[in-house]
Amino acid sequence: MDLSCTEEEEDFRRKLRDWLGTALAELPPKPAATDWPGRRAYDCAWQRALYDAGYAGLHWPRDAGGQGATPTQHLIFLEETERAGAPYVGANFVGTLHAGPTIAAEGTPEQRARWLPPILRGDEVWCQGFSEPDAGSDLAALRTRAVRDGDSYVVSGSKIWTSHAEIADWCELLVRTDPSAPKHRGISWLALPMDAPGVTVRPLRTLAGSAEFAEVFLDEVRVPVSHRIGAENDGWRVTMVTLSFERGTAFVGEVVACSRVLGELARTARANGLWDDAVLRRRLGRLSAEFRALWRLTQWNVSEAQRSLRDGGSGVPGVGGSVFKLRYSQARQELYDAAAEVLGEGALDVDHEWVADRLSSLSYTIAAGTSQIQANIVAERILGLPKGW
Amino acid sequence: MDFQLTEDQEALRSGTRELLAGRFPRERLRAAADGAGPVVDRGLWRELGAAGFFGLRLPEDEGGVGLGLPEAVLVFEDAGRVLLPGPLVATHLAAGLVEGAASGERIVGMCDAGAKDQLWEHPADCDELIFLGDGGPYGVDASSPAVTTIRSVDPLTPLARVVVPEEGRPLGGDASRLRAEAALLTAAEQLGSAARTVEMAVSYAKERTQFDRPIGSFQAVKHLCAQMLVRAELARSAVYAAAVTREPGDVAAAKLLADEAAVHNARDCLQVHGGMGFTWEADVHLHLKRAWLRERRWQSTAAGEEALAEELLSEGNVAL
Repeated sequence: MDLSCTEEEEDFRRKLRDWLGTALAELPPKPAATDWPGRRAYDCAWQRALYDAGYAGLHWPRDAGGQGATPTQHLIFLEETERAGAPYVGANFVGTLHAGPTIAAEGTPEQRARWLPPILRGDEVWCQGFSEPDAGSDLAALRTRAVRDGDSYVVSGSKIWTSHAEIADWCELLVRTDPSAPKHRGISWLALPMDAPGVTVRPLRTLAGSAEFAEVFLDEVRVPVSHRIGAENDGWRVTMVTLSFERGTAFVGEVVACSRVLGELARTARANGLWDDAVLRRRLGRLSAEFRALWRLTQWNVSEAQRSLRDGGSGVPGVGGSVFKLRYSQARQELYDAAAEVLGEGALDVDHEWVADRLSSLSYTIAAGTSQIQANIVAERILGLPKGW
Repeated sequence: MDFQLTEDQEALRSGTRELLAGRFPRERLRAAADGAGPVVDRGLWRELGAAGFFGLRLPEDEGGVGLGLPEAVLVFEDAGRVLLPGPLVATHLAAGLVEGAASGERIVGMCDAGAKDQLWEHPADCDELIFLGDGGPYGVDASSPAVTTIRSVDPLTPLARVVVPEEGRPLGGDASRLRAEAALLTAAEQLGSAARTVEMAVSYAKERTQFDRPIGSFQAVKHLCAQMLVRAELARSAVYAAAVTREPGDVAAAKLLADEAAVHNARDCLQVHGGMGFTWEADVHLHLKRAWLRERRWQSTAAGEEALAEELLSEGNVAL
C-alpha cells in the first residue's frame, strides 16, 4: 500500500505543472455555453496544445500514436489539469476516451492511421451513436439496420442522446447487421461520416435547457465496409472495450472538482451564517468523507490497472468502475442538493453555477449505464449472483 | 504509486485468516454467544500474543514483529470478520506501555478520559485499565475504579460505566495519537465485519429459493447486495489510505465510512436473510450489535462529521 509517487511520477507532475502554467496563460477566452462552433474550436485548440506538448493520447499505446503513460501518470494528468483549471476534454470526449481507444485496440493498421492522428491533433471530433429510442439500458436491442450493398452498408434508423452530434465529423455507430442472430451477436461497429447524405441531426433540449444532446436520423446512409471496426457482427464485444474505458477514468477530474466545490460550500455557509446549523455542517462533513474515499477508491482502481498492465494484462479498467460510478453519481447529486441548501432562495436562480450543475447532476445516475444497470453488473459479475429479473 | 497490498501484506492476511479459522472457529463464537463458552479466553489471548497480534508494531528488539499501521489494519480487519471478542484494540495499543500486554499475559482495557464517566469494554476480563488524559495516558489496576455494569446490547462485549479516576500510573505515549489509532483500528474491524456480511448475504441469496428460483436472481435482493459491496469497498479505500497517511481527516473519514458500512451492511444482510435474520441462531445479529457498539467508540458519527466539516474551512484546504 504505497500512496506516494515515484521520482519518475513526481518528475512527470512537475513538468506538467510547468507546462500548464504557460499553456493556460495563452488560452483564448471561453466561448458561451450555447456557442457550439465556438466550443468546438476552443476544445480542439486545447487538444492541439496537448498534442504539441506531447500530452495527447497520454494513456493510449505508443504504437497508436499515444504516449504509453502508466495509469498513475494518467491519473496525475487528470488531477493536475483539473487543479490548474485547464479546459475539460469537452468535444473530444468521445474521440479521446471511447472511439479512439476502441480503434486503437480493434482497428486495422490502415484504420488506425486514418482515424487516430486527427483525434490526437484535435482535427476531428467524434460523437457516439449507441442508444436508440427503444434501446437504452437494453442497448443490445438496437434496431438501426445496416444492409450490405457491394462495398457499402446502407444504414437506416435513429440514434438518441448523441452528445456533440451537431459539431462532430464522425460517429461511432452501432448497427444491426444480422437481424436473425441472437441480439448480442448481430451488431457491428461503424465509423459514420456525419456529412454523409441521409444524416439528419435534431438537437434535443435537456431539462437544464441546454442542447448538448441530439437525435440522429439515418435514412439509407451509405457507409463503406472499410469503415467497420472489428469483424461483422462482433460489434458488441468491440463496444464493451469502449465502455470499460468510459467507466475507468472518466470521472477523475470531477472528483477533484467536487472536492473543491465542497470547500467553497463550507466557506459560503460560514459567510452567510448557515454554518451555525449543525445539520448542514454535518452534511458537508459527511460529503467530505465521501469524496475523500472516492478519491482513494480511484487510486486503488488505478493501481490495480497498473499492476494488470505490469503483469501482462490488458490494463483495461475492470468492473470496479461500476462500484465507483454507483457511489460517485449519488454523491455528486447529494453535493449539489447541499449546495442548494447553502444557497437558500439563491438555489432558484438558474444562472448560478451551482444551480446549473445541480440540474446537470441529475443525468449522472442515468448516463453511461443507469445506477440500476450498474447494480446488476456489480451483483452478477463481481458477486456472482444469478441473472434474472 | 502502488495502492494495493504487497506480497508480504497478502501473506500476512492469509496467515491471519488461517490462524483465526483454527483458533476461533464459528463454534467458539456461537458457544460464547449462547453462554456455553467464555467470551474472552485467556488461553486464546496468549496464543494471539504469541502470534504477534498485540506486539505487531513493536520493534523486534522489544519482542515485537516490527510491522506498521497498514499491517495492523489488515490484521484487525480479519479480527472483525470473525467477530473476535475482547479488548483487542486496547491491548494492542497498550503493547509497549503495559508490561505483559504484547505477550497476551495481561488483558488491558482503554478509555478516553474526556468525561466524568466512560464506557469500558470487557471490565471483568481486564487486568489493567488505561485512560487517555490530556496530560498523557495513565493506567490503573482494573479492580480499583468504581463501575456500574450495564446489560450490553452486544452479547459478546460486556460493558460497564467507569468513573474516571483523576490520576494513575503515568505510562508515556501520546494520548491523541492513541485515540486516532484506536479509531482507525476500530474502523478496520468494522470494515472486516462489513465485508463479511456481504459474503453472508450473497451466499444466502444464492442458496435460498422462493418462487422456484434463488432469491438472489431478483433485482430487489441483488441491488441490496450490490450496494453492500459498494459500501464495503468505499470503506476499504478510506481505511487503507488512512493507515498509510495517518492524516486526521483521513482517519475521521475512514471511521465514518467504516461505521456506515458495518451497520448498514449488517442491516441489509439481516433483510436478505428474511425471518432467519431475526433469529438468535443466525450470526447476522452479532455483526449488527457489534457494529452498533463500535460505531459509538473512539469517534462518534457526529464528532467525525463535525471534524471533517471544520477541516473544510481551513485555508488552502485540499479535501483530497
